[in-house]
Amino acid sequence: MKNKQIIEIKNLTKDFPIGGDFFTALNAIDLKIKKGEFTGLVGPSGSGKTTLLNIIGGLDSSTSGNISVLDKNINNTSHQDRALIRRKHMGFIFQSYNLLPVYSVYENVELPLILNKIEKNKRKKMVLDAIDSVGLSDKVDSKPNQLSGGQCQRTAIARAIVHKPSLVLADEPTANLDSENSHHIMKIMCDLNKELNTSFVFATHDEKIMGYLRRIIYLEDGQIAKDKHIKKPIYNDDV
Amino acid sequence: MFNIAIKNLLGAGIRTWLNVFVTSVSIFMIIFSSGMYSGMREHAMNVSIDTEIAGGAYWHPKYDPYDPTTFEDSHAQTPIEFNQIIKDDKAIEILVSQASIYPEGRIMPVILKGISLNQSILNIPTKSLMSYEGENIPIMIGKGMSDYSKLQIGDTFTVRWMDADRSYDAAEGEIVHIMDSGNFKIDMGHIWIPLDIARNILSMNNESTYIVYKDGTKNILSDWIKRDVKYLVKDMEAIIKQDRPNAIMIYIILLSLAAMGIFNAQTLSIFRRKKEIGTLMAIGMHKRKVVLLFTIEGALNAVFAIILTFILFGPLLYYFSIYGIPLPIDYSDMGLIIAKKLIPVYSPLLLFITAFSVFTILLIVSYIPSRKIAKMHPVDAIRGKTTE
Repeated sequence: MKNKQIIEIKNLTKDFPIGGDFFTALNAIDLKIKKGEFTGLVGPSGSGKTTLLNIIGGLDSSTSGNISVLDKNINNTSHQDRALIRRKHMGFIFQSYNLLPVYSVYENVELPLILNKIEKNKRKKMVLDAIDSVGLSDKVDSKPNQLSGGQCQRTAIARAIVHKPSLVLADEPTANLDSENSHHIMKIMCDLNKELNTSFVFATHDEKIMGYLRRIIYLEDGQIAKDKHIKKPIYNDDV
Repeated sequence: MFNIAIKNLLGAGIRTWLNVFVTSVSIFMIIFSSGMYSGMREHAMNVSIDTEIAGGAYWHPKYDPYDPTTFEDSHAQTPIEFNQIIKDDKAIEILVSQASIYPEGRIMPVILKGISLNQSILNIPTKSLMSYEGENIPIMIGKGMSDYSKLQIGDTFTVRWMDADRSYDAAEGEIVHIMDSGNFKIDMGHIWIPLDIARNILSMNNESTYIVYKDGTKNILSDWIKRDVKYLVKDMEAIIKQDRPNAIMIYIILLSLAAMGIFNAQTLSIFRRKKEIGTLMAIGMHKRKVVLLFTIEGALNAVFAIILTFILFGPLLYYFSIYGIPLPIDYSDMGLIIAKKLIPVYSPLLLFITAFSVFTILLIVSYIPSRKIAKMHPVDAIRGKTTE
């Protein structure tokens, strides 16, 4: 189970129309990610890491090539089916947290479970467990505008893992955070990765994150420049 | 979905309540204006029935109230078939003739009507003429006629008429009472005198032009033409029908105002909440469900507005329906049966139709801007960017 491939990409290309021309954001990407991996897509701005993350998450589609996520060919699935895959098997973490402003921490974290039609009693336990796992038990009723940046991102993590997804996609999760909060957030995600065997894929150019990654895929001009497995990450070596 | 929509609406706090309040004011205006219109209509109908029509009438075959030239021939001995109901106070006779009055030397054509003074079928104060002991013809006129002719109680003037033998005669008349009926049709251009005096001066003994009967009186077969309430309010209904497009127009304008408010709020809401829409899509909500969510929010806005209208404006609507709204102008001078105090009438049908229309229209105008969501690219929505 540990070695099962969760993402398989073959010859993937993504073009964006610009004026009358096209800009190739991703070019001939081949990539396999196994279950439980703690992977980073790293590269400078415009290298295609967020585009690749969005295509993996089914939020965007490729121009050509094949992409299979959780044994499902994302190219050939409808919007509805992609939404279903995201709802059941994926979690998203965004740079600017994307919490719903009118909801409390509890309600934000509860939302994926409501969409998955989990019954109320079970839901409550799962939400409180997720909030506890990110250390926000004392902020259950707080609204996002009452939280710090780090607390907001921890809420977003809780929301991403509450339904125990197989895959969490995180786009620049520490970009808006200071060093202390960035390490705190990354430690939480490392722990969750080990505890739940959830695969994490980060799009980042934050040096601090790299010290936690077990695999770093370097992207340059839409192509994989280097794919590096790290046996002993600086901050994530206790396995 | 419903719970999420409620949560979103309540969570938006003041933004939601402002929308709800504005919609609620529009609903109040719709109900109030429609209520006023119904009130005016009902008042006009009630006053007509109360002071002029009662349960209906039997007309002399030649009588046409809209053609005064027929008055000369439209009188005859009251058919014996009606004697019993007249005796039982279930009907009254009215004798109609053309006449002229000369107040202070001015000449004014009038319709002279003789009526039994001790009657209680029509709500006009005929008994007030009974106490007159002078030598002149006791006359009652309406307030509108009084204002128009500048005649007051105690004023005397010459009354000239043509009797049954086609001879002109004249006598002094005296204003004994000025009635405030609210019905211009028995007021403007009318003078009311006792039936026996009318019969005497017109040489039309035991004659009448038409008979007004009480509601519920049994049908009587005679040569005279039966005119029931439905027939007698026909002209009034025609006026109301003619005015209906205006009422509908006002209704539509107010409904449009409410719809525009919600449409604007929904459009703005979708523009402001793009990131939220993107996030919902990212966590697995299908576009169609997001559209449904925003539509439900709009519909709930309408429901809240309807509830708020009844809580906030219900007492005000109730107050007006009991105490009415005084009008500064006497519209009877303009030939309109409008009360001095307008009492709005809110029928359950009006309330239901208004609530239903507002709900349906708001549901539609909530859905229209929400369709934009379906065209949004999730990645752009997450970033708060606009795409079509």
